[in-house]
Amino acid sequence: MYRNLTIRQKQIVWAWAFLAVPVIFYAVIRFYPTGNAILISFQNWNLLGDRTWAGLENYAKLWNDPVFWRVFKNTFVYLLLGTPISLVLSFIIAYHLDKLRFMHGFLRVLYFLPFMTSAVAMAWVWRWFYQDVPIGLFNNILASFGIPQIKFLQSTTNALPAVLAPAVWAGLGFQVIIFMAGLRAIPASYYEAAKIDGVGWFTVLTQITLPLLRPTIVFIVVFSSIGFLRIFDHVFNMTTNNPGGPLNATKPLVLMIYDTAFNGFDMGYAAAQTVVLFTILLIVSLIQLRLLRSTE
Amino acid sequence: MKAYLKGLVLAGLTSSTALLASAASAVEIEYWQYFFDARVEAMETLIANFEAANPDITVTMTHFPYADYRTKVAAAIPAGEGPDVVQLFYGWLNDYVEAELIQPLPSDTFPAAQIDAEFFPMVQAMKDGENYWALPTAVRSLALFYNERLFEEAGIDGPPATLDELMETAAALTKTDAAGNITQVGITAGMTAQDHHWWREGLVRQFGGEPYVDDYKTVNYNSDAGIAALGFYTDMFLGDSPVSAIGFMDEPQAAFKAGRAGMHIDGSFRIGSLNGTRGLKWGVTELPANADGNRSNYSSYWVNAITTKAEGEKYDAAVKFMEYITSDEAMQIWLDTVGELPAKPSVGMTDANANDEIFGPFIRGLAYANTTKFANESGQRQLMVEMVERIQLEGMDPAESLAIAAEAEQALLDEYYAE
Repeated sequence: MYRNLTIRQKQIVWAWAFLAVPVIFYAVIRFYPTGNAILISFQNWNLLGDRTWAGLENYAKLWNDPVFWRVFKNTFVYLLLGTPISLVLSFIIAYHLDKLRFMHGFLRVLYFLPFMTSAVAMAWVWRWFYQDVPIGLFNNILASFGIPQIKFLQSTTNALPAVLAPAVWAGLGFQVIIFMAGLRAIPASYYEAAKIDGVGWFTVLTQITLPLLRPTIVFIVVFSSIGFLRIFDHVFNMTTNNPGGPLNATKPLVLMIYDTAFNGFDMGYAAAQTVVLFTILLIVSLIQLRLLRSTE
Repeated sequence: MKAYLKGLVLAGLTSSTALLASAASAVEIEYWQYFFDARVEAMETLIANFEAANPDITVTMTHFPYADYRTKVAAAIPAGEGPDVVQLFYGWLNDYVEAELIQPLPSDTFPAAQIDAEFFPMVQAMKDGENYWALPTAVRSLALFYNERLFEEAGIDGPPATLDELMETAAALTKTDAAGNITQVGITAGMTAQDHHWWREGLVRQFGGEPYVDDYKTVNYNSDAGIAALGFYTDMFLGDSPVSAIGFMDEPQAAFKAGRAGMHIDGSFRIGSLNGTRGLKWGVTELPANADGNRSNYSSYWVNAITTKAEGEKYDAAVKFMEYITSDEAMQIWLDTVGELPAKPSVGMTDANANDEIFGPFIRGLAYANTTKFANESGQRQLMVEMVERIQLEGMDPAESLAIAAEAEQALLDEYYAE
């Protein structure tokens, strides 16, 4: 059988033989559960009993659930605050770090350290920073100057930025490294030409550096957007007693999914939320990949 | 070399036949519970005692982190892989029965009338007609922990016995700094901990209400009693001179453990972690009574049940094992090792136990305890948390916030019981 194949066909057989492992892996580990989750979103299931058909019931419930819309909004607030802030901060740091020779390696390590730290440990330390007097670091400092305390986590307005801050800080190191690699990749001859022409630093920045950094910027935007849309560990660990609280002010979509699935044991409803998250991630990624393509 | 290998194979064969032979003459049953150090230790003692009395039965215990427990049980039993005897939270019973994961206890060994008479009354939630589905080894209730050092410092002789005294005592124990920030609370507060149980089954009843009717299927706390109970509770941290603060030192039990809280309401399971705390001298007393002397408490428990997987001789062995772990002897061992309360008055109400300085208040509390039948405990707790947050953070009228909570909880219960 194999003997009768043409060389071209044999090549194809071999190619598939080698591809089989990753293809099977992806089919079993990725595509099967994804398909299954979509199926469950049309069913009712409490993990123990039989699955029963629910049709669009779960999606209708989602549409009419005020908590879902609050959570939906929160998720985009994380994205729309987190991505630009971390992008600008990491660029400023990378831009200046790139020009610095003194203690360059040491500083780079310092910026990178939070990225390597466990998100859980970091979230708990920040959680304690934010506490009221007598244990909270920030409020103790305020109180020692006679300034009234700030409610960081016990407030519907302050809690989300307070949770977001360490998440931005944690991702900064990685983005700084990527930016620095991008900056190094810009040929020095452009800068030399600009210098000969006597151009100011602002023009160099806006006409040479930023345009040539565009692929790097798009990569970081895509990467950090997906990260902020999926934010979970920081929120969960900083608000474990009242996950996503107070009054759902910090609850992102992933936390709502977790809560519905593993505290409420309402798998169908949780799966419907997952499908919505999947769709959002898909749309955001497709838009951003399109932007990336237009740069080439 | 060859001879050596031959010998090795032969040795292997004989030892495996020996294993098979011993397995044939003994019944092996499996027991599952979630992982908690003291519980595992207590169960190991119980299993050792049981095996000594029944040499033909072997019990293997498997434990998991709490987070994975339900998922694993659900996946394993239908596949014929799981436990023969399983531990579950009382609130999960309906789900387990409906999913056919457990079978009723035989009425000849566990006659309902006898169990009704022998166990504390709240265990009757596990009964269906002539059969019990499951039985606890131990139960839990609430009591008021207090810091003896802080009491001494404030010149208070003893713990409060009534709700009015509770507020007075708490006021005397509260400390603030020059700016008015609380640095020591009189009593801890937070619906995220055990306070939602205290409010539901304790305060609402003590203010003359009944939190639920119709076998916990209908919410009934949206009443004058409910408003009064909520007012009492929120006055602790929203009153003119607050004696507490929500989120003080992050968690109520942490504040008490650190010696920054005068009083703290918590369950009997907290005893173990408080025992090892250096520099903390604490006592415990029954939950305060109302002006008429009425007390009310909340009790919860984990139960053991026989799964549908157990058949034939394994079933018989499982019944014997259930009989042992619900015996007086097992309950005393559980109390001594884990600190959880015996489920039968015959063990709990012995002079030694009921007058025990530490366990006594909890055990006496069982006599007037109610057990909430939750559909989704964390979901229902969350509604209580948000009820208080709407008042505190959004300035909502308490009656309005209470009505919202009651409506949301009713919707949750309706959805659960609709199936």
